[in-house]
Amino acid sequence: MPSHSTPSQTVGPFFSIGLNQLNRADLAEGNAGERVVIQGRVLDGEGHPVPDAVLEIWQADADGRYHHPEHTAPRNDATPFVGFGRIPTDDQGQFSFTTIKPGPVHGPDGKPQAPHIQISVFMRGLLRQLITRMYFPDEPLNSSDPVLRVVPESRRETLIARPTEPEPNSLEWNVLLQGENETVFFDC
Amino acid sequence: MKPLVGYRKPAPGTQPNHLYPPYVSSIKRAPKRPLISIPVTLSEITGPTFPKEVASPDAFDLTRQHKGEPLGERIAVSGRVLDEDARPIRNTLVEIWQANAAGRYLHKNDQHNAPLDPNFTGEGRTFTDDDGRYRFITIRPGAYPWKNHYNAWRPQHIHFSLFGPAFATRLVTQMYFPGDPLLEFDPIFHSVPDDDARRRLISSFDWLSTEPDLSLGFRFDIVLRGRNATPMER
Repeated sequence: MPSHSTPSQTVGPFFSIGLNQLNRADLAEGNAGERVVIQGRVLDGEGHPVPDAVLEIWQADADGRYHHPEHTAPRNDATPFVGFGRIPTDDQGQFSFTTIKPGPVHGPDGKPQAPHIQISVFMRGLLRQLITRMYFPDEPLNSSDPVLRVVPESRRETLIARPTEPEPNSLEWNVLLQGENETVFFDC
Repeated sequence: MKPLVGYRKPAPGTQPNHLYPPYVSSIKRAPKRPLISIPVTLSEITGPTFPKEVASPDAFDLTRQHKGEPLGERIAVSGRVLDEDARPIRNTLVEIWQANAAGRYLHKNDQHNAPLDPNFTGEGRTFTDDDGRYRFITIRPGAYPWKNHYNAWRPQHIHFSLFGPAFATRLVTQMYFPGDPLLEFDPIFHSVPDDDARRRLISSFDWLSTEPDLSLGFRFDIVLRGRNATPMER
């Protein structure tokens, strides 16, 4: 007889004891592709920085392949792109990570999804993780992406990073937990 | 191309909502707008896998990470990690962390006036075996006060973090102990609306894993989201 999944509980304030060993803010190291640096902040409903959050990243490699048995795209690389990162916020609620811009992964209808990074957000006060995505600016595929298309147009911007000029390949993307520009979070 | 098969949505009441005002920290941190449902894509049904090296063979034993043994009641915590169809989740990473026997975390922000234990860090990692089994040796964590409300105390608990086969199966939870009188008053525990679901967070005392003259055993089985039924092959 099927049973139900175990309930989620908050990571609480002291998760770094158990989770820091897998911290990884450089996903790009030793891998081919366009390097990007992504920086941002996590802000609560009063606009205060959240110093005790941790982000987990999951993404495809530069050719749009996930390092996972479910993704059957052929590969022959000796050191596959792992695609996982874990990045805690600092005392100012800031995070930063370096990665390879993922290639387009095919979507449910066989058409390509726009390049994106899957992100889970954990913190004290969150009884379940929040799930969101970060997309890239000026990306032609954004307009046909099957996930962006189900997001009301007025809120799509919260998922698209902004270039931080004049730095090349440097992007800013923030997580706003509440407020007028609350980040879009997904049920998936 | 094969159709993509997603993971089941939780049954109503079996998972906490993001906002649960008795847990005061949720008020400014839970999103106010409804979550947006999205179609199944490869991005949610794939997920990270980890090499065995991330959990050294002795990382399951939290009582042997220092020169001496930690103070407290030595316990074995074991169980199985299954999906909602009772299939074992094999070779998946399990991370845990906890307070010491005095109810103090080895963390700069823990100001509870209780002693640190030089022989206890409070973190462990292991992988499940081919039957989905895992096992940790540790000491029973103490209860500790927190600032949620007047005279608030967290029940004894161990934090668990699991990945499962996909981004969609990621789970962070807490394991509690049977008979803990503080459970009744704990808003984090009570954030789960469904009584049966909430009770599944409580481990059971287990003679089978209790070792004579060594340690009490507690059993904690964990269920990760199951897969939707696969469409018939045409």
